[in-house]
Amino acid sequence: MGYPQKPHARETVVLSKYFGDADARTYKGWIKRGGYEMLAQALTMEPAKIIDIVKESGLRGRGGAGFPTGLKWSFMPKEKKKPHYLCVNADESEPGTFKDREIMRWTPHALLEGSAIAAHAIQAEVVYIYIRGEFTEPWTYMERALAEATAAKVFGGIKIYLHRGAGAYICGEETALMNSIEGKRGNPRIKPPFPAAAGVFGMPTTINNVETLAAVPHILKQGAAWYKGLSLSSPKSTGTKLFSVCGHVQRPGNYEVTMGFPLKDLLYELCGGMQAGRTLKACIPGGSSVPILSREETEGCLLDYEGVVEKGSMLGSGGVIVFDDSTDMVYQIMRLARFYAHESCAQCTQCREGTAWTTKILERILAGQGKMADLDLLLDLSENMTGKTICVLSDSCAAPVVSGIKKFRSEFEEYIAGRRRAVMVA
Amino acid sequence: MADELINLTIDGAPVSVPKGTLVIEAAKQAGILVPHYCYHPGLPVAGVCRMCLVEIEKAPKLQIACATQVAEGMVVRTQSAPAKQGRMGVLELLLINHPLDCPICDQAGECELQDFTFQEGRPATRYSPDYPKRFNPVEDFGPDVLYVPNRCILCTRCVRFMEDIAKEPVLNVSERGDRAYIGIHPDARLDHPWAGNVVDLCPVGSLLSKDFLHKARAWELDKTASICTGCSQGCSITLDTRDNVVVRVRPRPNLEVNRFFICDHGRMNYRWMNRGDRIEAPLVQRDGELHATDWDEACERVATLLRGAGGRAVALVSPKASTEALFLARELFAGGGGRGGGLEWIGAFQVVMGEEAPLVGVPNLALRAERAPNAKGAELLGYSRDYAAALAAAETAAIVLVLDEPDLVVRTAGTLIYAGTVLPEGARAAAVVLPIANVAEEDGTFVNRDGRAQRYFQAKPAPGMARPAWWVLSELAAAAGRGERVATAAEAFERLTAAADGLRGLVPA
Repeated sequence: MGYPQKPHARETVVLSKYFGDADARTYKGWIKRGGYEMLAQALTMEPAKIIDIVKESGLRGRGGAGFPTGLKWSFMPKEKKKPHYLCVNADESEPGTFKDREIMRWTPHALLEGSAIAAHAIQAEVVYIYIRGEFTEPWTYMERALAEATAAKVFGGIKIYLHRGAGAYICGEETALMNSIEGKRGNPRIKPPFPAAAGVFGMPTTINNVETLAAVPHILKQGAAWYKGLSLSSPKSTGTKLFSVCGHVQRPGNYEVTMGFPLKDLLYELCGGMQAGRTLKACIPGGSSVPILSREETEGCLLDYEGVVEKGSMLGSGGVIVFDDSTDMVYQIMRLARFYAHESCAQCTQCREGTAWTTKILERILAGQGKMADLDLLLDLSENMTGKTICVLSDSCAAPVVSGIKKFRSEFEEYIAGRRRAVMVA
Repeated sequence: MADELINLTIDGAPVSVPKGTLVIEAAKQAGILVPHYCYHPGLPVAGVCRMCLVEIEKAPKLQIACATQVAEGMVVRTQSAPAKQGRMGVLELLLINHPLDCPICDQAGECELQDFTFQEGRPATRYSPDYPKRFNPVEDFGPDVLYVPNRCILCTRCVRFMEDIAKEPVLNVSERGDRAYIGIHPDARLDHPWAGNVVDLCPVGSLLSKDFLHKARAWELDKTASICTGCSQGCSITLDTRDNVVVRVRPRPNLEVNRFFICDHGRMNYRWMNRGDRIEAPLVQRDGELHATDWDEACERVATLLRGAGGRAVALVSPKASTEALFLARELFAGGGGRGGGLEWIGAFQVVMGEEAPLVGVPNLALRAERAPNAKGAELLGYSRDYAAALAAAETAAIVLVLDEPDLVVRTAGTLIYAGTVLPEGARAAAVVLPIANVAEEDGTFVNRDGRAQRYFQAKPAPGMARPAWWVLSELAAAAGRGERVATAAEAFERLTAAADGLRGLVPA
């Protein structure tokens, strides 16, 4: 359901079934809707069996990287020698993404149930749910739901804690998130060691996204084959995915569709297309960190992990940002770069200095003082910022710059040549 | 399996290193220094500066040599075009906010940012002069440390030293992005007894020693391997001299003793080496006054005194004296193959005590309470710690030799021979005064508290006619017919390891 929109006939409503239904937030209401049945069943199952089912379902991480979830769980030591931890990444900070927020707002118990099942599967007794600091409303509902469910003793021996972030984008990076939980500065860690070997507090840890875990009870309930069958194109991308559509469409919101759904249909049918008299110019399909798609690429794009890569971008977190023909791409790209410059943790040289320099160049181009050489400089700088740092924040800053210059070069050149009115940016 | 060797190739050179070795260390074994800033062998790996990017065959992207462990059959290329391109990119980015104030920076000449930029940086920046550079004012971090944030490249070596080695985490990285700087706890000072190491660790001119501020340019300095005289730990140091004046003490890596560090007490313990009020010529007593003379007459005078002497001889020595000098002083009275000539010998030294200050993160490393670099050496040679007894014995002794104890008050009915660097009031009654070199002016050996003999070297000339104590004592022995001359400290050391029981077989490290 594309809450706050009415559900569209072409949506496949699984995770978002109760979006907008306030009764589902309560423990009683959730039980009435069949909640916690799968958890009770899972707690009697062999952990390895659950991992097998999730592997079989083809579920992949919904946080952005798309790593197969069952495989990730199987990396945890089979023989438990140290405490195991599950961290839930609810630090949804990717610009353009707001799906986890809705899951926590409307179905907090779905996340708690999925988390507890996952914890059982990886033999963890402690779960940390790291919630973005700005998410005040989801925090309130999560806190309430956790108190109710804990009082009802549904989690067996599993203890779930909520941990509130303090507003840093980088804390959504899994190793920075673990540092933050430990009370340290949220800096990404160098890998190896990988979290499954030494994660939070140095113990074997798995980190999963909210949407990933919310899907787990459904997979247990309806079976791996059912989930695997939810695929319209590539068999490597299965299930449903929430897409947060924002920008210049008539009905922005969250839409749950089956993997492989055409992006064109999502934008033009489900979201009602552009505003009257406007046409599509560009689209960022997976949150601000992925390359920008042109109109042609957007309209030919299938929404699954492979389909978006084929068009030169990534599915990412499913945050679809839509730009119509009134958009100033240079300004939008500058805004993105400025965001990354602000959020860089300052560890790696390329990111700390590169994001800020990129922003300065873009600001100057907008101010009408750019040079043609700046475009090559931006591309070269982006090359230096790609694939050379601890985490991918630096790459994320470079991606829209590179794709933006490649696809909308004439807009940059108009500013540089003085054919566009300069924009002074504060 | 610690012994298991891994074979890999670095820039075409085959290397075999123990399992678990980092690529950056393996490269050193192949004679290749991969440029780096945040990596330091004495600190935990951070992997943040990204300077040591190298190409590793089969890896999808460039890897940092400082955080990558070697693997069997690995092929590393430090000089491939992508690796050099990657490092050039880092250097350019490190310089965009750097003030490039090398002409007034203390680090210039020994700055890794300068060195690697010369080696593989861009000839010119592409950072437009219109863009402002990050600016933050200079901060006073502690008794001897200034922080110049504009020059900082945020390698975090200082942060990691305070956190993981000193275990007093008062520094951090504050702020984010290009606004970041090294912050200090608002209620804390960088006054840990080992805090000065952050200045040495800083690869650029961002953390500066107030003591050394604007004192000299790096290229004007002569560097001499030495041993710290601050305490009985015996840390390896480098004495930096400019125009024959010691201007700075820095740690010299020694994995067995002090790893890469020295304490602030040792770091500041050098001004006395430059004292101007030195004895510059041998002095002999004539008509109730000391008169300057030459070495021949001084030696002859001592020889005459020794020849006629019988009874007790007392040697009051400094535990800062070289092992060679202590040995030869003993030999002058007691040794010489039974040619002691009827002298009963007593030797003693006194130790100044202070506060012990350990560096928690390094085992067996501390500023020791015993502020005596060669107490162990003196002990092994039979010198006693019972200084009071020796002073009492001196009153009735026939001959008293004082070796470099300037604050000494000694009363004796016998003959006083004073060998020292400066002339204290109490030495004016001496029959003979012999000018000797200080630790910066001679070669010699100390034995540290763990019994490790360590050689130090001459960093500057001795004033006037002053000579190393071992030379003086061997001349006296020769003149008195009590031993052979030695020409060098090494020769003296050879002789003592052959003759002295406690030191037999010792090899200076």
